[in-house]
Amino acid sequence: MGAVIATGFLILAISVWITNNAILPFNIYVITPSIALQPPSFAHFLGTDDLGRDLFSRILAAAPIDAEVALSVVGSAVVFGLILGSVAGYVGGLVEEIIMRVTDVFLAFPGLVLALAIASALGPSVFNSILALTPVWWPSYTRLARGEALTVKSRQFVEASRASGQTTGHIVFKHIIPNILPVLLVYATLDIGNVILVFSVLSFIGLGAQPPLPEWGLLTSQGEQYLVSAPWYPIAPAVAILIVAIGFSLLGDGLRDVLDPRVRGLFS
Amino acid sequence: MGFVKFIIRRLLMLIPILLGVTFITYVISRVTVPNVARAWAGPRASPQALAALVARYHLDAPLYLQYFYYMRGLVTGDWGISPTTGRPVLYDLGVFFPATVELAIAAIIITIIIGIPTGILAALHQNGKIDHSIRFIYLAGFCSPPFFVGLAVLLVFGYYFNIFPTQGELSTSLAPPLKITGMYIVDSLLTGNWVDLKDSLWHIVLPASALALTYFGIVTRIMRSSMLEVFQRDFIRASFAKGLTRNAVVFKHAVRNAMIPTTTVLGLLLGALLSGTIVIEAIFIWPGIGYYAVLSIESLDFPSVMGITILFTISVILANLLADILYAVIDPRISV
Amino acid sequence: MSQTSDPNHVLSIEDLTVTYRTFNRNVIALTNLSLNVPRSTIIAIVGESGCGKSTLGLTIIGLLQRPPAIVGGGKIIFDGNDILKMSESQLSRVRGTGISMIFQEPMSSLDPVYTVGQQLTEAIDVRENRKSGRVYGPFERASARQDAPSLASKLAGSGMSVRRLKRRYNAGALEALEKVQISDPRRVLDKYPHELSGGMAQRVMIAGALLERPAFLIADEPTSALDVTTQAQVLSLMRQLRDEIGASILFITHDLAVAAQIADQVIVMYAGEIVEQAGVKEIFHANLHPYTEGLLKSFSHKYKDEGTMEAISGDVPNLKNLPTGCRFHPRCKYAFERCVREHPELLNVRESHKVACHLRA
Repeated sequence: MGAVIATGFLILAISVWITNNAILPFNIYVITPSIALQPPSFAHFLGTDDLGRDLFSRILAAAPIDAEVALSVVGSAVVFGLILGSVAGYVGGLVEEIIMRVTDVFLAFPGLVLALAIASALGPSVFNSILALTPVWWPSYTRLARGEALTVKSRQFVEASRASGQTTGHIVFKHIIPNILPVLLVYATLDIGNVILVFSVLSFIGLGAQPPLPEWGLLTSQGEQYLVSAPWYPIAPAVAILIVAIGFSLLGDGLRDVLDPRVRGLFS
Repeated sequence: MGFVKFIIRRLLMLIPILLGVTFITYVISRVTVPNVARAWAGPRASPQALAALVARYHLDAPLYLQYFYYMRGLVTGDWGISPTTGRPVLYDLGVFFPATVELAIAAIIITIIIGIPTGILAALHQNGKIDHSIRFIYLAGFCSPPFFVGLAVLLVFGYYFNIFPTQGELSTSLAPPLKITGMYIVDSLLTGNWVDLKDSLWHIVLPASALALTYFGIVTRIMRSSMLEVFQRDFIRASFAKGLTRNAVVFKHAVRNAMIPTTTVLGLLLGALLSGTIVIEAIFIWPGIGYYAVLSIESLDFPSVMGITILFTISVILANLLADILYAVIDPRISV
Repeated sequence: MSQTSDPNHVLSIEDLTVTYRTFNRNVIALTNLSLNVPRSTIIAIVGESGCGKSTLGLTIIGLLQRPPAIVGGGKIIFDGNDILKMSESQLSRVRGTGISMIFQEPMSSLDPVYTVGQQLTEAIDVRENRKSGRVYGPFERASARQDAPSLASKLAGSGMSVRRLKRRYNAGALEALEKVQISDPRRVLDKYPHELSGGMAQRVMIAGALLERPAFLIADEPTSALDVTTQAQVLSLMRQLRDEIGASILFITHDLAVAAQIADQVIVMYAGEIVEQAGVKEIFHANLHPYTEGLLKSFSHKYKDEGTMEAISGDVPNLKNLPTGCRFHPRCKYAFERCVREHPELLNVRESHKVACHLRA
């Protein structure tokens, strides 16, 4: 079930992105004040916003933006975490201590707060949001990777590799990382939804996507003042986030149930 | 005596983390910002103001020296001047903080009231329909952006049903109670101001509930797994053998044992709640730190944002410490 | 073998069959087991692990997990009623004061967040409530008032380990501790389970049993986790239970030496069946079943000086795939053609001595 939603979302994001918004029912940038704030109808599936733009199209158009942010953040977090965590786990000693201490410090920050601080330092934009969000996620992946690396470290093929004189770098990259990757990817899929959640909050507050870009959090904040008069305006994009987040969460849960025990089976 | 030593030991362990955290905030405040002076002075500062600012914060000094000045400022209470209000950031934070504390406490209470029973229920009906329904509900809460739950609650209970007031801490027609703690509910209770008490309680319901509905899953989840783990333990079987009914075993023995690990989640919960208050306070115009944060961001008030960051982070760290201590105190197996 | 309400028997089991369903095969744990337990008797059930003795104990008290266990047939008659047909609430009325059970690990059998005194008081309350016809439910308070536990400890339900709070307990709890010969019982009342030694904890469990005065006590390997001296103390306490309140005890053990010390009757189980049942002297000096003989030989080094330990060859049969005829025949040095073909019945071969073996039929 989660897989359906998640893939649906990704397909949507990709198609909108590829066609450069052409497949959307309406142009999302044209301002037509005369049809502002119309309730949902056949013509306008979810109604129109305060500038007369079709809300349904705007919501769909936000997909690639959120997808881009989520994938970038999760991607970099996985890469960073993978490398740092594997090195920490495999090498151990002082290196491990230092890396894990630094990780602990980053983990001490509440996620949104850290992202907020960095985003306000860098200035509001989508790109800066990616920069701001990555440090929030990489510590968890570092922790995860290091834990997994510790398990893999004692596997026979690693011992054999070391006995045959391979360099540490070689072992880490050729043996440890490929075995840890599946587990990290499982959590990564779960996190895609979480990144979208936090990014939407950033946009809601004004630090993420900027108008006239469509983004779900931004749309909700734009519609907030019309909550009573035109409730579809703020509610619809928020629901969109909810659906996508649930989708990825279910997907991640399902993947974890399926993949994790098997991954452990691989090692034993 | 062992107890005091225990606390001191934990506090000492905090120091490296605090150092690390403040170092990162330093890096964010001074190093990553493209135009440091502009950021700290505010967008409307004049060139003279900019120059004065550079001198005040020693922004022209080498980086390591700047760190020293930064730390000194943190420790002495000089967290910068807010360009929007013109007042020291720490002072502003002090004004807004009590409201957030109040909201957080109310939210935690509601979260516990919802979370623990649902966790127990879910465990008792493991994998049944009730378990899955509960899981779906808290997942929906957890996966909603906090503004969704906030707006939904606002719409339904604030406007459609019009039961609770939708913004602020107190009706504008009433005068706030005598300031002892800064928290309206506590102050009105302490001063016997029943009108204010009822009014402020009424005001806190919506925002606290919105927070609780979003995050109660954290408590439900751990309570459920904790209960399931306790069910496997020998003394449960032995209690049945003693002749206790299922209810007695569950509520006298299982629940109390299950609640112990649940305290570990307190820090996590507070972190989530504080993040959530940023959004919820903005929606409900609740005059706390979150609201202050949104205002600061809108007016590009960087010193305030950094101040809030430090405040929130320290709060979460302390909450985790508190949870640790609570755990040690509650579990009789840990001798302190 | 089908007296249903013989007043001389505290418990009657008839034709009990229990299987466990695992994936697609069924594991037969107990097959057509029948047994009568007289009053004030200690019966030891001995056998190797997997022979079904623990399953038997759990089934009697109704704590068998079903599923995965399935009771195929039979009756367990206690106090005129069939245990197997009882609902959970009926069962909970029988447990504790009617049938009780103590387990192998005494420390984990006690709730870690309550003191010894509180848990003993709970036992008293169960019994008191039964007398007045009420059931011990979740809102029962201990019959003694506890003086002023703080709010925090009320929330957590346990005392602050930081300072010991002195509570008052029901005097019966103190008496019970004295009866089981715990030194300094007043201090022990306030202790938490993790502060007790294994022997003390098991004595606390027995104290609880003394307080509830069950007619029938199942003891599942109660001394296996204890050292020899403590073992002896616990065994003497069991005799005390039998003598003082007239309880019958089903003493499950794999250790024949312990059985020799404590039992009035011994039942030998193998692969889910009773193979021999007799008074303790007969079992040890005049046993009839080859398995019993083998068991004794493998234990004989404990109580005889000469002789080497002789293990029984072969392994315990796979309960999913039992041998035909007599289940012991693959390992039996006396097996003959009939043993492979025909399953031996448990028959009264001598006065109060039953055996299931074609040799003796």
